Amino acid sequence: MEAKVIHAIYTDDDLLMQAVKQTRTANYNITEVFTPFPVHGLDKAIGLEPTRLAITSFIYGLIGLTVAVLMMNFIMIADWPQNIGGKPSFNFYQNMPAFIPIMFELTVFFAGHLMVITFYMRSKLWPFKKAENPDPRTTDDHFLMQIDAGHHDVKKLTKFLYDTGAKEISLIENEEDH
Amino acid sequence: MSSHYEAPIREPLVIGEKSYHDISVDVGAPVLGKANKSWWIVFTIALIAFLWGLGCIIYTVSTGIGVWGLNKTIGWAWDITNFVWWVGIGHAGTLISAVLLLFRQKWRMAVNRSAEAMTIFAVVQAGLFPIIHMGRPWLAYWVLPIPNQFGSLWVNFNSPLLWDVFAISTYLSISLVFWYTGLLPDFAMIRDRTKSPFQKKIYGILSFGWTGRVKDWQRFEEVSLVLAGLATPLVLSVHTIVSFDFATSVVPGWHSTIFPPYFVAGAIFSGFAMVQTLLIIMRKVSNLEDYITVLHIEYMNKVILLTGGIVTVAYITEYFIGWYSGVPYENYTYLSFGAATGPYWWAFWALIICNLIVPLTLWVKKLRRNIIWTFIVALIINVGMWFERFDIIVIDLSKDRLTSSWTMFQPTFVDIGTFIGTIGFFFVLFLLYARTFPVIAQAEVKTILKSSGESFKRLRAEHGDHVDHNVSQYPASGGPSANLTGEYFTSEEDENAKDDKLEVGDTALIDSEAKRDQVNAMLDRIGTYNPDTQTPDDLKKISGVGPVMEEKLHELGIYTYDQVSNMTDIDYELLDSIIVEFPGRAKRDDWAGQAETLKNNK
Repeated sequence: MEAKVIHAIYTDDDLLMQAVKQTRTANYNITEVFTPFPVHGLDKAIGLEPTRLAITSFIYGLIGLTVAVLMMNFIMIADWPQNIGGKPSFNFYQNMPAFIPIMFELTVFFAGHLMVITFYMRSKLWPFKKAENPDPRTTDDHFLMQIDAGHHDVKKLTKFLYDTGAKEISLIENEEDH
Repeated sequence: MSSHYEAPIREPLVIGEKSYHDISVDVGAPVLGKANKSWWIVFTIALIAFLWGLGCIIYTVSTGIGVWGLNKTIGWAWDITNFVWWVGIGHAGTLISAVLLLFRQKWRMAVNRSAEAMTIFAVVQAGLFPIIHMGRPWLAYWVLPIPNQFGSLWVNFNSPLLWDVFAISTYLSISLVFWYTGLLPDFAMIRDRTKSPFQKKIYGILSFGWTGRVKDWQRFEEVSLVLAGLATPLVLSVHTIVSFDFATSVVPGWHSTIFPPYFVAGAIFSGFAMVQTLLIIMRKVSNLEDYITVLHIEYMNKVILLTGGIVTVAYITEYFIGWYSGVPYENYTYLSFGAATGPYWWAFWALIICNLIVPLTLWVKKLRRNIIWTFIVALIINVGMWFERFDIIVIDLSKDRLTSSWTMFQPTFVDIGTFIGTIGFFFVLFLLYARTFPVIAQAEVKTILKSSGESFKRLRAEHGDHVDHNVSQYPASGGPSANLTGEYFTSEEDENAKDDKLEVGDTALIDSEAKRDQVNAMLDRIGTYNPDTQTPDDLKKISGVGPVMEEKLHELGIYTYDQVSNMTDIDYELLDSIIVEFPGRAKRDDWAGQAETLKNNK
């Protein structure tokens, strides 16, 4: 984290979007934005890469499918084949129609749970994690934009942010890097 | 900066003059406030029912399944009826949160949280019945794919009962994480709003340290979308597999290829009926009528109409094909002339009346929007869907292939007690949820406020859909009060300011002697401003005061925070009568309180 940052608080999502665009046009570095709800298009406006969680979910789903196939092949075909209601158990392919429900369920199980766990890990969300939003109002109705003030003239930057419609502007100086 | 346009013909989904903050307050109120007396009464009743059911379960497990009314002919009865009934009820939650998300239905946002909670609590009840029915529930882990203690004899993956184990546990756990992920931002809102250190601690843990970073939101939305995509086929698979329990057997009346789609439709039908039952009460008790509106109830009634229609077609198909086949045995199945006139005629007609006839009243728009009638219909459907499962199981089994073993089913007090116990358990969980969880997905509702909120729709109707109006007229922001130069965008208030200067003279605000007296009286109360000794404060720092308002306050002789902080309701009313553009604003934004803070920070 930068040693010196400015927190600009906005009270409206449209105003924030406009301010983000203006701030980026003016070549200031937005280090973080905190919003109480998902503001559509904000990630693009800030220039974030799209998330790859959906791709991980697809891969997890394939893993789940593989686990289901291997498990049932071992249990029902290889290890202890049984004649159950005359259903063919000589090879996996013949017995597969009866396995489709479980193959589907395990695909969904793996894809869903592992994706959510990945999300929690990547976004650093877990029990006893301390919340790091600098202002408690950002979960209610305020929008906070954090700008790197490092090499800029703070007065000029403040004036600029003021003109973008910020309601409150504060300079935060960090003693050490976190 | 996108447009928030929504067709004006659509009714608003959020009623009243709501700001983002109002939503937080309204959703947080049941959690942050105290429980009222009616909550305690209902909770006590539910708890007693739960304890009674718990007693019955303990009695069953310690004595044996023989304490139920099962007999040699009817080996499944209330237990599986209740199991299917509860699983079915659980379907509405995922339908609302997943399928309606994929269809971009905005109205789901007010009801999805509670519907998902209902799903989870209902599936918990459902899961109890097969476990009790095992007779030795401590061996329940035998359904997992592990070899038995004698070697490597495994579970049978050809059996629909084992598919059920996988389907229901996947469904329960996926619903749970879907629900919980959606809850994180709302727990964070409660965490940041509560004043009690205990609540702060608890909700701090529950919220997993959610902060609302833009990257987190991006992931959050992606995860919600993918989970919805996964949960949609999942929800269809669960009741399909439940129906396989019957459809893959050789019992006439059960062995039916129509079962999977018919069961899924029936599940959604009964699930929505339960959602209606719960939400109609909750919106009243928790004062959420502005969010769960008559429109939401009507939408859900339309889903009930659709799924009820599918179920009706399935009933008629079953009845017709059974008759048309000419097989005498079909006359003993649950949808047949034999069933309608036989010993279980009352169960047959309960099914037909509750599921087929009564919901037809919802075709009438007046009744569909009538809350009391909706509640009654929902209760009737709940009963009817219980009878559907009872009919499928008990009527079909009661007259089997061997005439000598035909018999009826007589429930014992244990059967009844266990069922009532699960209803009690369900309500215990739901009531606790209603008191401790944010029952509306407030973060999501905030995203639709500007497009579907009543006040914003009205503003758009009056001023047209362009950005300036939305920004400047947003009630909570008080306009871009900090934007003094007007360099980056012009606000509504700035435009007004120019107009006012042209048309309105300095003294035009005070147009009568009476008003002048009133204003003087107000200045006596709040104090006067002396330009020789005092300097004017920047009144625009008060949220709700823009450049125009400040000018008008100056005209009345109000220049300092000190003066504003002395204002009371009488003064607010006077201001409203003089400055007509912003009725009620001063009081709503609590100018006096704000000025007090500003004064102390000066």
